[in-house]
Amino acid sequence: MDIVVCLKQVVDPELPVRDFAIDPATKRQVREGRPLVISTYDENALEVALQLKDRGGAQVTALTVGPAAALGDAVRLALAMGADQAVVVDHPQAPDLLGVEKARLLAAAIRRIGAYDLILCGCESADWVERVVPPLLAEMLGASCVTFAARVQPADGGLLVRRVADDGFHEVDVRMPAVVSIASDEANRPRLPKVKDIVAAKRKPVQSWPAGDLALPSGGADGSGVEVREVVVPQRTATCEFLDGDPVEQAASLARRLRDLKLV
Amino acid sequence: MAGICVVASALDGALSRSSLELVAAARALEGSGEGGIAAALLGSGPHLAEAADTLQRHGVAAIYRCDHPLLTSGQTDAALIATEQIVRRVQPGIVLVSADTVGRELGPRLAARMGAALVTEAVDVAVEGGALLVRRQVYGGRAMATLAVAKRPAVLTVKPRALDVPEPRPSTGTVEEVPVAIDGAALGTRVREVRREQAEVGLEDAQIVVGGGRGLGGPEGFKVLQQLAEVLGGAVGSSRPPADAGWVPISWQIGQTGKTIRPALYIAVGISGATQHVAGVSGARTIVAINRDPDAPIFSVAHLGIVGDYREVVPALIAKVKELQGR
Ligand SMILES: Cc1cc2nc3c(=O)[nH]c(=O)nc-3n(C[C@H](O)[C@H](O)[C@H](O)COP(=O)(O)OP(=O)(O)OC[C@H]3O[C@@H](n4cnc5c(N)ncnc54)[C@H](O)[C@@H]3O)c2cc1C
Ligand SMILES: Nc1ncnc2c1ncn2[C@@H]1O[C@H](COP(=O)(O)O)[C@@H](O)[C@H]1O
Repeated sequence: MDIVVCLKQVVDPELPVRDFAIDPATKRQVREGRPLVISTYDENALEVALQLKDRGGAQVTALTVGPAAALGDAVRLALAMGADQAVVVDHPQAPDLLGVEKARLLAAAIRRIGAYDLILCGCESADWVERVVPPLLAEMLGASCVTFAARVQPADGGLLVRRVADDGFHEVDVRMPAVVSIASDEANRPRLPKVKDIVAAKRKPVQSWPAGDLALPSGGADGSGVEVREVVVPQRTATCEFLDGDPVEQAASLARRLRDLKLV
Repeated sequence: MAGICVVASALDGALSRSSLELVAAARALEGSGEGGIAAALLGSGPHLAEAADTLQRHGVAAIYRCDHPLLTSGQTDAALIATEQIVRRVQPGIVLVSADTVGRELGPRLAARMGAALVTEAVDVAVEGGALLVRRQVYGGRAMATLAVAKRPAVLTVKPRALDVPEPRPSTGTVEEVPVAIDGAALGTRVREVRREQAEVGLEDAQIVVGGGRGLGGPEGFKVLQQLAEVLGGAVGSSRPPADAGWVPISWQIGQTGKTIRPALYIAVGISGATQHVAGVSGARTIVAINRDPDAPIFSVAHLGIVGDYREVVPALIAKVKELQGR
């Protein structure tokens, strides 16, 4: 099976709030001096690919659209975890692109990679949480689509995918080629590379393609009609009233307050 | 190309509540020259008539109804074919789709097929100074972005429970049956099994929610929360770590990746209050936090706080609530 895993590099989404700021010029998060990581669920997606490889054999390609100059760690980590090769679509403004624009670049790169049965993505970018790249890729490539998958296994020449649903989950039969986006699950916790994997990763092939060289697919959803007007950090106004005393007294005051609010 | 079309889902049986939330969004836009409100109603079987009725009672003037045995839970591919057919026929300027399980696949794919502008996960829509403005959370709930959409058609997906169900507004209008041919054998995905993991009143609709976090230490902690939820008549949810660890079903997760909830009361137990969690609960009317760390960020969003060990506080709370209830 040929698997392409789409990985995005983002500013560490769990940084303390005090390290978070919006650049008024780009209307995006300030990246300068902040640690960059692989977007949270993309690591789960890579783990799913590697488990499929461990079980039945697969060629796993890590694909990212980003500024090549700042990408070292994400690609090296993906290779050290076990991806066979990496492709970087070099785009200096990539961190500012919206999903619709990125999907076309990714689709073009996947076409150029050529062989693919399964394309795995994270269920959402940790920063803009658009959740658009996977379904758009599916349309551009004419592939099946399932998003928010917790588990993926081969079945009857296709895949059996467990999709997280509003009130439970769905077991879905999926035909390949397919684009599947991955949500975290106890079964896809990302592995930690060992020292020897980190060493071996240095010999794995990494290709860098300038974004301008790619033949973009025509059609698709249109990002040109959408403009980011403003990105503001809201001020929180709530003040917490602490209920004092020993645990029984605290519980008693809370119960009374809930009764006063007609919640009990 | 004019008008607003909501994609109304009765795939799970009755009309989904988020379909009515879409009608609320449509009503916020209709007065500003975008035109009237139509609905593509998708489902299968006799309950569709009632769903159409409900839409009409809330102000939808023209309903295009698609009744097909494949239009059931989770069948995105079938729903997409039906929606595309109706949308090509109605030619709306704006299509509103719920960002629920099916909608978050269907919305972007429909936009791709229509060559439409696309904005997902809206929490608010408005027309201001002639521009269609869409607000959405970004950066793990740390910021709110406003996007202006100039192009038509535009597909917008709306986060479930971001908007209230609108007041009834009866309208007289048309219901038209739209026949659609769907070849089951040609679809890329087929739902084999649907599994429910929530109580009768689901997490998203409960008026009282008790959320547990990593601080509960394991699945046993959730048994205590379940008891608290029971005496309060509420539902149990969680932060991400318990869902990731398999202590609770993933569909119980609240927050950026999980559910958005707007209950009258949310009690966060053993939850630190990361922005990605708070993003899903900031619409709760009253937030109570129980945490043993007085500096936990959850206390900066909570209205009432108890600093303490949940293993002591929660059982005492259960007893006190029962006492007040005269049990
Ligand atoms: C892209 C992305 C998406 C995310 N989506 C979500 C999401 O949807 N939902 C979500 O919740 N998180 C989400 N997160 C994770 C989020 O950033 C936090 O890591 C997570 O919310 C922390 O969960 P927690 O508060 O349960 O655990 P912790 O941060 O570990 O906090 C545990 C708390 O329990 C307290 N505690 C410990 N023992 C006790 C005790 N005996 N009694 C009382 N209190 C105790 C501690 O003081 C601590 O405050 C997301 C993160 C990313 C990057
Ligand atoms: N710049 C990028 N490079 C590679 N993959 C990406 C990029 N942006 C988004 N993706 C993939 O698409 C998924 C969903 O992203 P989004 O639609 O932005 O929420 C991510 O989890 C990634 O797997």
